[in-house]
Amino acid sequence: MTLAHRIIPCLDTDGARVVKGVNFVGLRDAGDPVALAARYNSEGADELVVLDIAASRDRRPTFLYTIRRVADELAIPLTAGGGIRTLEDARAVVRAGADKITVNTAAVHRPELISELSKEFGAQAVVLAIDAKRTDSENHWQVRIRGGHDATTLDAIEWAKQGVAAGAGEILLTSVDRDGTQKGFDVPLTAAISHAVTVPVIASGGAKLPEHFAEIFREGHADAALAASIFHDSIQPIRDLKNYLAAEKIEVRLSC
Amino acid sequence: MTTHSRTITLIDYGAGNVPSVERALQKLGAETTRAHSSEQIESATALILPGVGHFAALIRALDEHNLRSPLLATFERGVPFLGICLGLQALYDGSEEAPDLPGLAIVPGQIVALPTNVKLPHMGWNQLEVKPRATPSQLLRAIPSDAHFYFAHSYAALPSQQKAGTVATCTHGSEFVAVFERNNIHAVQFHPEKSGTPGAQLLQNFLALAA
Repeated sequence: MTLAHRIIPCLDTDGARVVKGVNFVGLRDAGDPVALAARYNSEGADELVVLDIAASRDRRPTFLYTIRRVADELAIPLTAGGGIRTLEDARAVVRAGADKITVNTAAVHRPELISELSKEFGAQAVVLAIDAKRTDSENHWQVRIRGGHDATTLDAIEWAKQGVAAGAGEILLTSVDRDGTQKGFDVPLTAAISHAVTVPVIASGGAKLPEHFAEIFREGHADAALAASIFHDSIQPIRDLKNYLAAEKIEVRLSC
Repeated sequence: MTTHSRTITLIDYGAGNVPSVERALQKLGAETTRAHSSEQIESATALILPGVGHFAALIRALDEHNLRSPLLATFERGVPFLGICLGLQALYDGSEEAPDLPGLAIVPGQIVALPTNVKLPHMGWNQLEVKPRATPSQLLRAIPSDAHFYFAHSYAALPSQQKAGTVATCTHGSEFVAVFERNNIHAVQFHPEKSGTPGAQLLQNFLALAA
């Protein structure tokens, strides 16, 4: 009887449609978020993340409508984010049906946003998304913002600790180096962040094979693992993945 | 398909997971209404207190809207009640999360912080340990004993404080109360509205006992 490792599909949307790309560029259409949400809910996903990667003010109502329709399909938790800059932005997302909100670039610009959200919704509802890229020095990763495009001077480990101290209840950690490569999750990065913070860590970026998931849980000490295209394209059905992990004696939720 | 004669009143104190719970109940065919006033609670025939977030936010909201005494009166009258997450914690005397604020105090004991030797919040899917009892649990009827439920909390009730009502526990750092039942009072630390099929069955069980 221990906490199950979570498998989390992620829907990157332009507000209305699921899109995908490699290393955050070259986006193409990957389907209807509502249909995908319904499928993942019944296939045993433990949670769903929906991101508005366009995050433009004009598309905001469309994204909120998408969240509402996705939430209607789910009997599992829903995390939503992309372009949340203020408490009011977050309230709109929660009202639309999200259980947790994820913040990234806006929190780097204004770290108090994390504590404002945590005070209003509780730490369990605030997910700090960190896009991290390896630097030339050993075991050092730099925080990137604006969907991985822009460099910052922040050290990823220090930023994770600061975010947790400010009230984040979870870290969604994406390896910019591995994202879209299907070479496996970034184990040293995930292990370093997981050891540095007291909150659960969701590993993201680079998953393809079931072995990648086993590795990130065992050696990267991730509490959850997130992937997108391998689930959307049914390269890796969630049920098969969970059966594999259970056979590897990794705690997962099999019946849903 | 069961039909439910009673409307389920959801206590809506401006925060929390009210829409999710409402959505889950409506999918089961239940009629729901949201209560913001003492009058609405006084006339309720079945009540759910959803909640997520900070203990202080819930208690302050209940007191600001003068909902404490009508709520206690419904407990006395035997109105079927389900507390979810903070809605369970609110039933106790108080919480370490907000030591100055009194809970509803219909269950003796304090809500305490989970130990820090594990990742907190306790976030995700965990299993229950159902305690042997003379009368079987109403809430857990027809739910497999190995079912997972979704938790999202850092504080919890210790089972040693109220053995009689503790139907099932869960363990994360320490053992804590996951399901509480005493007469018409039912409460769960996890989120049945986010717990897939077993969660829906639990809500269905509450609807059945409230019918």
